[in-house]
Amino acid sequence: MRMSATLIAAASALALAAPAFAKTIAVAAGEGAQTRLQEALILAEPGDVVELGAGRFVLTDGLSLDVKGVTVRGKGMDATVLDFTGQKGAGEGLLVTSDEVTLRDFAVENTKGDGIKSKGADNVVYYRIRVTWTGGPKETNGAYGIYPVSSSGVLIDGCKVSGASDAGIYVGQSKAITVRYNYVEQSVAGIEIENSRDALVTGNLVTRNTGGILVFDLPNLPVMGGGNTMIKNNLVVGNDTPNFAPKGNIVASVPRGTGVMVMANEGVWIRENTLADNPTAQVVVVAYPKEFTDKSYNPLPRYVLIEDNRYIGGGDDPQLPGAAQLKAAFGGALPPVVWDGVGPMEPIVGPDMSFLSLGAPQPGVGMAEAKPRLIELQKPVQMIEPGRFGAPAALDARARP
Amino acid sequence: MRLLAAALLMLGTALAAEGPAVQVSDRAVQTGSYPQTLAEFGFFTDAAGSKPAPGVTPYRLNTPLWSDGAEKSRFIYVPPGAQAKAQGDGLLDLPVGSALIKHFAFAGKLIETRVLVRREGGWLAIPYVWNAEQTEARLALAGMRIELTTPAGQAISYAVPNKNQCKDCHSLGKTVLPIGPKAYNLSAQWLGAFAKAGKLDHVPVVARRVPLWEARDKGPVADAARGYLDANCAHCHNPQGAASNSGLYLGWQVTDPMALGVNKRPVAAGRGAGVHEFDIVPGQPDHSILMYRMASTEGGIAMPELGRETRDPAGEAVIRSWIAGMH
Repeated sequence: MRMSATLIAAASALALAAPAFAKTIAVAAGEGAQTRLQEALILAEPGDVVELGAGRFVLTDGLSLDVKGVTVRGKGMDATVLDFTGQKGAGEGLLVTSDEVTLRDFAVENTKGDGIKSKGADNVVYYRIRVTWTGGPKETNGAYGIYPVSSSGVLIDGCKVSGASDAGIYVGQSKAITVRYNYVEQSVAGIEIENSRDALVTGNLVTRNTGGILVFDLPNLPVMGGGNTMIKNNLVVGNDTPNFAPKGNIVASVPRGTGVMVMANEGVWIRENTLADNPTAQVVVVAYPKEFTDKSYNPLPRYVLIEDNRYIGGGDDPQLPGAAQLKAAFGGALPPVVWDGVGPMEPIVGPDMSFLSLGAPQPGVGMAEAKPRLIELQKPVQMIEPGRFGAPAALDARARP
Repeated sequence: MRLLAAALLMLGTALAAEGPAVQVSDRAVQTGSYPQTLAEFGFFTDAAGSKPAPGVTPYRLNTPLWSDGAEKSRFIYVPPGAQAKAQGDGLLDLPVGSALIKHFAFAGKLIETRVLVRREGGWLAIPYVWNAEQTEARLALAGMRIELTTPAGQAISYAVPNKNQCKDCHSLGKTVLPIGPKAYNLSAQWLGAFAKAGKLDHVPVVARRVPLWEARDKGPVADAARGYLDANCAHCHNPQGAASNSGLYLGWQVTDPMALGVNKRPVAAGRGAGVHEFDIVPGQPDHSILMYRMASTEGGIAMPELGRETRDPAGEAVIRSWIAGMH
């Protein structure tokens, strides 16, 4: 019940003594971890490092950090574990609401809601963080593993997520984003970039999810108009886990076996990826499939450039209406790239592209009315130029000093 | 420097402890960092926190936050010579040096007292937890869990929020702001008396007032429901709140049905959506995510995320009846 004398002295001194030098606050695992760690996160001052010792921190409630420029550093994603198996409250394991925060080298396990959420937290770095639901893919797992939202400047690098019932790595309503060198498996969506701009998704391994990499733009949100996103050099392999998302979520509509999926958005580059054994399709480009009333929202994908990808297998067990006829019509497997066919113009631009149009006259219409056909782009269609994308360079220095 | 500062502060504490505080310490409100005990503020003339000091005015909200049925008492302090400003029917703008004090009690026993003080640098939220003897409330920056029994007889692990969690609810954009008191959730009589006492610059015009919760059956269910959502949800569910990214805004003044959740799909609800597709399906409370999350006490599903361990049957009944009557 009582706070330690040291803490009281430190707390009392906060307003009286100006912060002189950044300091390191060491927090060990063991008895009272919840209180000691949360106190450290509250009493840290800008520039401080909260250093988590090796071991298992047994936690009962969500943690939060609201001090600018703090680094929370563990002894490695397998050595330092924040264990939320017994969590009683809060919507996530760790919530960050301050700017310029670096989270690195620790793990978060079995949170009731999201793993780590950072909201309105600009220039955040997640480096070698692991978020795991240890029971494998289950509907009762938390929604997002790593969840930055409403932020400018996001770097997620070298992380590992497993078991999220929505997206392993989800970046929402943000801009200037880099998601690289991560390993995401057994989640509904591996990596999802939603209602965001200027994202670079590169060098990731996404495997055994329902869908590998999703780039979505949804209506009725404070930030819309997603696009200018580069999906480059990723390994998107064998995403064949049955969809286990709760029905109300947009990702519940992702067919099992989707490699990369673009929904709405303007300007998406899908380049030099290796897409292997994604049984519905390697790349799917679709309009937003639900009704909406938001007049400022454009449900159609525009300017999606798909080039120089390596396709291996895939398309041989599509979870699409009329799958059997489609397979038969295309010799046992669908072409690597599938478009729903909604909208007056083709969203996919060359060069030398052929792709399957499902020929759906409207979003969500059954295949009975659809007219599937193969579209061959004879000559490159005009593509827009990519703008600046990726996280600010200063964030690299915090991940890899 | 640190040690000296701590020593000075302890000296100050020692001096204050010489006799019971009978008046509010403006120094503690405005500059005292995190006072170790509630008593250091001098908001109450007795150790049990029941007798407000001069200048500390009790108030009530027409419709309050549920908080597991806790008995709550609220007090407002505006320093001598200063005045709160009415801002239309919304939040009273309290001057620097003001404080809001809220006791939480179960079965007549004080559990915690939350203090919001307005300093030069802005608002600061500070939680205090009472001892078993009910003679002292001590600083609890990191929050804690306390086992207790609710008025409905349920044993719960009650969560005292930590300082950051205070901010989760009490913030607009990046600024800490009190959730209330808002003129539309206060009685005209109280506002009149507060102004007459010289503590409020004028009595604001309030066109539509949140109904008194205990008299909710006497008016339209929509008013009761919207008052409940305002008090229980809108501190996060507003365009600058912690749930801004949801696009679901539940404040008293919101008029857009989509923003209120009518036929609105969830965004990042995760398993909070359950098997449902819309926040509110008119006429169908059992297919509405709003209802589903109110009726859950499980982390990751339950709303509000903080400050509710048990279901609120009266609140659920009002929301259920409101949704059922929509078409």
